Amino acid sequence: MIGRGTMALLMMAAVAVPLAGCGEKAQTAGQGSTKKSDAKAWEGTQGDAYAAGGWKAGDKDGWEAQLKTRAQQGQNEYSRSAATAGEAKSQ
Amino acid sequence: MARMKFLCDAERCIECNGCVTACKAEHDVPWGVNRRRVVTLNDGVPGERSISVACMHCSDAPCMAVCPVDCFYRTDEGVVLHDKDVCIGCGYCSYACPFGAPQFPTNGTFGLRGKMDKCTFCAGGPEANGSAAENEKYGRNRLAEGKLPACAEMCSTKALLGGDGDVVSDIFRTRVLQRGKGSEVWGWGTAYGKPTGAKS
Repeated sequence: MIGRGTMALLMMAAVAVPLAGCGEKAQTAGQGSTKKSDAKAWEGTQGDAYAAGGWKAGDKDGWEAQLKTRAQQGQNEYSRSAATAGEAKSQ
Repeated sequence: MARMKFLCDAERCIECNGCVTACKAEHDVPWGVNRRRVVTLNDGVPGERSISVACMHCSDAPCMAVCPVDCFYRTDEGVVLHDKDVCIGCGYCSYACPFGAPQFPTNGTFGLRGKMDKCTFCAGGPEANGSAAENEKYGRNRLAEGKLPACAEMCSTKALLGGDGDVVSDIFRTRVLQRGKGSEVWGWGTAYGKPTGAKS
């Protein structure tokens, strides 16, 4: 006779096994393949005179904030014009 | 951070090819290879539209799925890159890609098909960030310099947006809400004003 506990475990395993196939496969470099591993972008470059200011190499949060600021300042003219209008008013 | 994405605003693109030139210059892309190009639909017909196309860094990239030597990988930011030391230049990715992003240099004596080259979202490759080896094989790594892709940053009309998908879509949403849509954006009414007595 199979106990209730064992039966429940078997049921859970029967449900879990098919679900395991639904996960997202890792696609990053250097995992069980011949590809080289790649450094993270937020780790920055060594001694690069052309690196943008506003963040330090290795600071992930700073890097993300830098890119968001750069996107807003460089690509969103609505926020830029609003800021300019604000500056003009204050002057 | 969301995944890095490009978004091209067809209402704004004026087919100047500034993005193409910026990409070529930034990465010293060889002759015959265009990592980015501008496609125009209904060229010469009123209402024509242009769109700048490169690798779209697909979330479920077909190039990655078909590569027989598994040379592709995805960064944490969702940028699809590849290792040229592993690539065998078979061209399967070229057949699989719906955007024609993979390019193959043909500068050999017998027009040989070299290793695949494509847009890197200015994120270089698996070599050390900012190294000479990375620069030679993949071009400049602007992301590691805290910058966004050169094509998007150089776009004169800001038609081409590039960056964090959430930020880029917010910029585009604000723009569309401000300017309206349809005939309000393009056409006779925009160029010469609406006819007298016309409803706005």
